[in-house]
Amino acid sequence: MTQPLLSVRDLHVQFTVGNAKKWPWSPPGIVSAVNGVSFDVPRGKTLGVVGESGCGKSTLIRAIAGLNPPTSGKVIFDGKDVNYGNKRDLNALRRRMQMIFQDPIASLNPRMTVREIVTEPLRYFRPELSEEERRIVSRGMLDRVGIAQRNFNRYPHEFSGGQCQRIGIARALVTEPDVLLCDEPVSALDVSIQAQVVNILSELQRDMNLTLIFVAHDLGVVRHISEEILVMYMGGVMEHAPAIDLFGEPQHPYTQALFSAAPIPDPKIKMQPQMLEGELPSPMNLPTGCLFETRCPKRSPECAQTRPQLHRQGPAQVACLKLEKELI
Amino acid sequence: MSLLSIRNLNIQFATNDGMVHAVNDVSFDIQKGQKLAIVGESGSGKSQIALSAMGLLAKNARTSGEILFDGQDILKMSTRALNKIRTREIAMIFQDPMSSLNPYMRIERQLGEIVELHEGLKGSAQRKRVLDVMDAVQIPDAKNRLKSYPHEFSGGMRQRIVIAMALICNPRLILADEPTTALDVTVQAQIMNLLDEIQRDMGTAIVLITHDLGVVAGFCEETLVLYGGKVMERAKTEQIFEAPAHPYTRGLLRAIPNLADPIDTLQSIPGSPPNQMLEMVACPFAPRCPDAIEACTSTLPPLENGRACLRPVEELS
Repeated sequence: MTQPLLSVRDLHVQFTVGNAKKWPWSPPGIVSAVNGVSFDVPRGKTLGVVGESGCGKSTLIRAIAGLNPPTSGKVIFDGKDVNYGNKRDLNALRRRMQMIFQDPIASLNPRMTVREIVTEPLRYFRPELSEEERRIVSRGMLDRVGIAQRNFNRYPHEFSGGQCQRIGIARALVTEPDVLLCDEPVSALDVSIQAQVVNILSELQRDMNLTLIFVAHDLGVVRHISEEILVMYMGGVMEHAPAIDLFGEPQHPYTQALFSAAPIPDPKIKMQPQMLEGELPSPMNLPTGCLFETRCPKRSPECAQTRPQLHRQGPAQVACLKLEKELI
Repeated sequence: MSLLSIRNLNIQFATNDGMVHAVNDVSFDIQKGQKLAIVGESGSGKSQIALSAMGLLAKNARTSGEILFDGQDILKMSTRALNKIRTREIAMIFQDPMSSLNPYMRIERQLGEIVELHEGLKGSAQRKRVLDVMDAVQIPDAKNRLKSYPHEFSGGMRQRIVIAMALICNPRLILADEPTTALDVTVQAQIMNLLDEIQRDMGTAIVLITHDLGVVAGFCEETLVLYGGKVMERAKTEQIFEAPAHPYTRGLLRAIPNLADPIDTLQSIPGSPPNQMLEMVACPFAPRCPDAIEACTSTLPPLENGRACLRPVEELS
């Protein structure tokens, strides 16, 4: 078996919250954003990450990029640990791992022209290129995302959201990275524009053999672009399965509830959303057992005791004590 | 008589760069107890229509046409007269529950204030009404949460409070402007269920404004599709999904990734949304339309048989 390009092993990310202190000597509050996430992504494939707000999707992706240091666990990119390299290694890594963001306009510098935005990464990562060469490379990249040459001297505010997201993609891909981390790249866009951006991403992925990690809360978009999908809840992985199997037959009770609630654009299909009772647990005080235990319709007393680990269940990997028992 | 009747509504905004034409000649009616969806992308003017029906347009807005509620033109009403019908007759639910609640006000006061102003209810009668409406929107343990502040609630619960505020005077019409856009799908399903129950039990007419066709499919009988501030199509919701009669509606439906039936490439609509600084003289969708002919770029198609398109349905791609 070939080595996966990106491996994440038992990743935990915690944040300390200062203002939760009651007394100067009481310990600070700890928010557990990511709790023991592990997965592998082979080169050229797409891993989709879905989950509701606050489930740690964005924190996970930022930890992979080395922007949030993990509390424990490892992110191994091409055989190297992302968080324990020296500065030079980290820079080399950043060139090979780029990111696009949710808000297309806010993620571009308003005082730089499109050409400056897209040539800046080259100036930093490939200083050996001459000004002229940089221009050629960036022009080629902008061309591929469909920004016309007459617009190169314009500023971000002169573009629509969809165009800004395409400029963001050009900026990320101009250094020819191996991995593109996408943090809700289309959720701020209208459906007709969303389709344009998703298509550009899949086209470029094919051409450049990119590995994508695609975070979104829109299940339709994630299904469309991903080979494998990770379902997260309260910072933990509930289910990890190939997209076809996951949508065909979701295994985990949370995945089932999540999918049943997704609106289907067809009035003939009567939706029967499975209503989840109860509230999300506080990330400062997570349940000791299964993370989903407080809202799970199928919970049993032992779910509150033991935290289930991912185990194989057909083509999928599921973290659920009940399903594990049935298997034995 | 229709509950709300919008006739040839035009809304423009005077800006430093000239007039922005936000809504162009929109007409539609809502009957008592009806559920109507207004669907459109950002900038299609859908929210401005709702705001104008509440008399809440920004100061630089210029309007023409009529918005008749019970035979009275809302556009011509004084603030004083408007305050009498706002929330009491027509209520609005906004997109962001956090910014539509006053962070300094406890829930009891937030809700109680409305009935105090409109119906003069005070003391225990006011509290009873507040508790009733909190029960109606299924806020658990309502009694103990009266003294809570908005930040102590989750997003879904806050949206329930906003809905409770809209319901408290039992209005005849609720304008819901993207009520679930800020919420997660599991919570969205709960809120849509709640709105459905309200309409059934109280006979309240609901206008649902959204960009999400998935939400519309499960909720409304009738759908209005807006583009560039103009009505492109109006039809029964099933018809919109099964046999869309306008190229824009067709494009929109093809652009949604379908969970039930995935395909390789999404069909996007090429181009960008229209420039609304220009006065509308032709079909706003013509530059992006796969079926556009010469005449489309010079004539403004009228809304006939529920569609605004020069080309007959049979000829569309």
